[in-house]
Amino acid sequence: MSGLMAYSGQLINLCAAVILLLAFAMLAQRRVIHLIDLFALQGFTLFLSTLIMALKTGQTHLFYSAGLTLGLKALLLPWILHRLVRKLHVKSEVEALINIPTTMLVGIVLVVIAFNVALPISNLSSSIARGMLGIALAAVMLAFLMMITRRKAITQVVGFLSMENGLFLAATSATYGMPMVVELGIALDVLVGVIILGVFFFQIRDQFDSLDIHHMEKLKEH
Amino acid sequence: MPSLLTIDFLLIAAGAWLGVGLLGLAVPRNSRFISSVLFPLGALVGLFVGGYALNALGQAPQTAVLAIGLPNLPFHLRLDSLAAIFLLLLGIVAAGISIYAAGYFRHDHGIPLGLLCLEYHIFLASMLMVLLADDAYAFMVAWETMALSSFFLVTTDHRHEAIRRAGYLYLLIAHVGAIAILLSFGVMTSGSGDYSFAGMRAQTLSPFWASIAFLLALFGFGAKAGLLPVHVWLPEAHPAAPSPVSALMSGVMLKTAIYGLLRVSFDLLGTPLWWWGVVALAVGLVTALFGVLYATVQSDMKRLLAYSSIENIGLIAVGIGLTLIFHAYKMEGLAALALTAVFYHCIAHAGFKSLLFLCTGSVLHATKERSLGKLGGLIHRMPWVAWLALVGVLAGAGLPPLSGFISEWLLLQGFLFSPGLPHPWLNMLVPVAAAAVVLVAAMAGFAMVKFYGIIFLGQMREPALKDAHDAGPWERLGLAWLTMLTLLLGVLPVTVILQLDAATRQLLGKGLAERVSEQGWWMLAPISPDRASYEPLVFLAVIAVSLLLGGWVVKRLYHGRLRRTPAWDCGYHFQGPRAQDTAEGFSQPIRRIFEPMFRMERHFPSIRDSKPYFEVKIEDHFWHWLYLPVARIAGRISTLITNLQGGRIAVYLMYSFLTLILLILVARP
Amino acid sequence: MSVAGLLGQVFAIVFALALAPLLTGWVNQCRAWLQNRSAPPLLQPYYMLHKLFNKDVVLAHGASPLFRFAPYALFGCMMLACAIIPSLSTDLPLAPAADALALVGVFGLARVFISLAAMDIGTSFGSLGGRREMLVGFLAEPALLIVIFTVALIAQSTSVATIVETLAHREFVIYPSIAFAGIAFTMVSFAENARVPVDNPATHLELTMIHEAMILEYSGRHLALIEWAASLKLYAYSCLGLALFFPWGIAERDNFMALVAAIPILLAKLLIGGFLVALIETINAKMRIFRAPEFLGTAFLLAVLGMLVNLLLESRV
Repeated sequence: MSGLMAYSGQLINLCAAVILLLAFAMLAQRRVIHLIDLFALQGFTLFLSTLIMALKTGQTHLFYSAGLTLGLKALLLPWILHRLVRKLHVKSEVEALINIPTTMLVGIVLVVIAFNVALPISNLSSSIARGMLGIALAAVMLAFLMMITRRKAITQVVGFLSMENGLFLAATSATYGMPMVVELGIALDVLVGVIILGVFFFQIRDQFDSLDIHHMEKLKEH
Repeated sequence: MPSLLTIDFLLIAAGAWLGVGLLGLAVPRNSRFISSVLFPLGALVGLFVGGYALNALGQAPQTAVLAIGLPNLPFHLRLDSLAAIFLLLLGIVAAGISIYAAGYFRHDHGIPLGLLCLEYHIFLASMLMVLLADDAYAFMVAWETMALSSFFLVTTDHRHEAIRRAGYLYLLIAHVGAIAILLSFGVMTSGSGDYSFAGMRAQTLSPFWASIAFLLALFGFGAKAGLLPVHVWLPEAHPAAPSPVSALMSGVMLKTAIYGLLRVSFDLLGTPLWWWGVVALAVGLVTALFGVLYATVQSDMKRLLAYSSIENIGLIAVGIGLTLIFHAYKMEGLAALALTAVFYHCIAHAGFKSLLFLCTGSVLHATKERSLGKLGGLIHRMPWVAWLALVGVLAGAGLPPLSGFISEWLLLQGFLFSPGLPHPWLNMLVPVAAAAVVLVAAMAGFAMVKFYGIIFLGQMREPALKDAHDAGPWERLGLAWLTMLTLLLGVLPVTVILQLDAATRQLLGKGLAERVSEQGWWMLAPISPDRASYEPLVFLAVIAVSLLLGGWVVKRLYHGRLRRTPAWDCGYHFQGPRAQDTAEGFSQPIRRIFEPMFRMERHFPSIRDSKPYFEVKIEDHFWHWLYLPVARIAGRISTLITNLQGGRIAVYLMYSFLTLILLILVARP
Repeated sequence: MSVAGLLGQVFAIVFALALAPLLTGWVNQCRAWLQNRSAPPLLQPYYMLHKLFNKDVVLAHGASPLFRFAPYALFGCMMLACAIIPSLSTDLPLAPAADALALVGVFGLARVFISLAAMDIGTSFGSLGGRREMLVGFLAEPALLIVIFTVALIAQSTSVATIVETLAHREFVIYPSIAFAGIAFTMVSFAENARVPVDNPATHLELTMIHEAMILEYSGRHLALIEWAASLKLYAYSCLGLALFFPWGIAERDNFMALVAAIPILLAKLLIGGFLVALIETINAKMRIFRAPEFLGTAFLLAVLGMLVNLLLESRV
């Protein structure tokens, strides 16, 4: 175990890189079900990195964070999303506003920007995994990009949740995690948010017979 | 009589070219004499120019003063290593092209052959003067002469409306560029009135004015070189001109613009700022991507080569940008690497692009067709042209062991070292730029395969192609000369770099020579053999030996029997030449993937058509975004101004009266 | 040039020539096992080469000398590639002839020759194959170059021998950028070697073939040389991947014992690698031809991402 701990910094770097890779893979994904699975995998990788961080630094609240991540992000939320997809009979194709290769090119540009922005900030931090700030910022921006360029409401939810993954990674890397109260509060917010969004989906579908968010543009004055 | 310096010999060569041209004018219709005597004479002069330039590399700069021009304003001329490189390029490539032209210009092309000879040799002489000029006056006179003579050459076949339009566009943009160059020179004198380059070198400009001068020079020389967005004349003018002229324009004239840019940014402006390099890099990258993308979708063989020239000029600009960045950060060793790549690419491109244009000239002469859709299978009727064009195509695709690969290799090595830059943004953006450069190189391969495959391979798409004849002896000589140049540049990089080093040392203060010569003449290792090495001769030898050995062993152990049958074609042997790919078909994947980049108009056949056809027209976005609006605004302003011309004489007299009153008021004692 | 070096070079070339068809045979065997059908004999590629060499060459009337020259050129290029990739040892006297960038150039040269030969006869299949091959190539080549850039940035060199030596000697460090580069390299090698999911090496349907369409008109010893060159290409890519990402076990300079010991290590690595190739081929379905540029574009962007991660995480400015 101690031998493994000697590599903990690199393992955390590896987990961060995998999270970035998964964020990219989610951008390139064509099917909704695989998208949700990739999100679950991203949650699991986040759990692993928090666990290693907890084992290395010995802070107990990181263990609780890790457990929460596993339960919520890797298990509960994907299960809820899968149920939604089944109940709403969502078609399996992800509908993108701009085609996928262009989206990925824009993604690379965002990654470059994120890395450059994070470089001076990460030099100030004192945690063992400070190179991760750039990766976390990049993951957040890629998730935001996914929210902007997709038409299906369910993919927007997945993008929002993935953004939260990135934020969590940033918090863990820079400051050894957030205070427990904040953590629990955010987790509860996310859970309630997903449930409310799920209810909304049924309402949207009843109103417009489709989950294409562009139909909501009809809700204006004239 | 004082002993003549090299620069004097070069001036004599320019005079010799002028003399050859005038001789041609004297007997304009005697095509025998002109094509068999005068053009080869011009080629000989070109060889001399090349030889003297080679001699001048590494020597101290020489100056001369020519007392032509205005009374107190003679031409100042200077021959240093930078000019010598481009003079070498001019001499060698022009020699090959002139020999080819001796066989190509056999009859009138719409104007008397003597006139063509005059314009051609004035063009050559003016390019020589551009390279030798040492003050702004001489430079601009030579530049304008170059533009005018090439305009007349482009519109040789002036009976066609499209060719006249292409010439007009060319002249227009050449003049816009010339204005920018003149303004840049003006800024660089910073008001002292001394327009000689020596004077400009002595001035130290504030960063603001130096940047203005650089940007003006980039725009002006970019307009002649074909950088975005002032590139639109290139795909029109180069195909419109006769093929030797296209070769000369693409191979040599574009490089004079590069020479001008190098002269301004490294010699006249002193130490550059780092963001100039970024601008040049960005412009070059966009140009290269644009050029290669459009090259892959063309249906006219000369337009394809013109767009490919745009791509190569873009790559050269990328190299210049990288050199500027390294130079600004005082990393001279790496700057020398990038600058060597720039010089190498200039010479290599001059060689293989001229070769390819001349091959298209032969194809045009043999078949009277320019469109790729009417060619095919010419390797059977024109073996000389086909095999020599293969060398040009492989060099154009940037494949080892030919010349195009070496400049790309050097450039990529330069990119690999850029993470040593002290600037964090540049650190990351430059490797991403390297990714774009390799993408350009790969797509250039696509365009070259399309060019060669559709013209020379496959079946003949028109029955008339069976009567195509191969190139004549003069033409073969010219093509072989340029092929030899491409091959030698590919397998002897160390020798070439040692020669080029004089100019690198002159501009940057440091060269690659010491590192490169450590390893012997067969290995190119610009930093050290551990970091990167390339031995083109061994490369070629291994492939050749494996090839020959494999063939010999197989024939020995088994047999070498062969028989001929109709093609297998999966059993569909009724397919004729129409079943193979057209030019549009070959590039359809590119059109589909990069659809937003093109402005396409497509006509699909429908079941109601009595004569169904498919048509696709690809146009340049820049034409509609930039040029047409500018033209419209210019038109509207002109219409407004014509309101001044009311027609009434009283109004005109009043204009004169008002001007007189104004002058009296202003010039009051 | 030492004796060990010379021996290493000769071994590398002889091994490549002898083992490449065996690797192809092994991949076919694994594929058959995974797909629950009985496999052809392991030495089947050798029998096929022997059969093809014995046959006459049947040449179309419209074939030019380029068509006859292309198989030999292809074979020569692949021989050079196998001669400079450090499969058994990094002490190869021919290695300075071409660094990693020139290696990519060699593959490009081979691709151009085979595409031109495909267009030579002038049938629709040939030009279709040539067009598709250049399409796959124009995205695969940059992705491969960026993968090389990433490992070259880590090893500060583009000479393959130096890269292998540097990576083999580093203490065990997990480089995330190498993980990205490795995935991108795998995707590129599947595309370049005409494997599922980009191209099915066993198909002859015109909608689906790329590599097969180009060699449709070849027969006899020409076809044998092309097939041999194709298996040499697979061998070269496998050895390159193993050398870049799993460099342990490759002999170094002047080490004769290590050279001999490297042989079974290489065989073991190729065995596992071949099985993994067959596994990935069996799991995936072949993509539509226009998904192939997206697939390769993803590989290209992954490689760029790996390069950026390297610049951020692994080298401090």
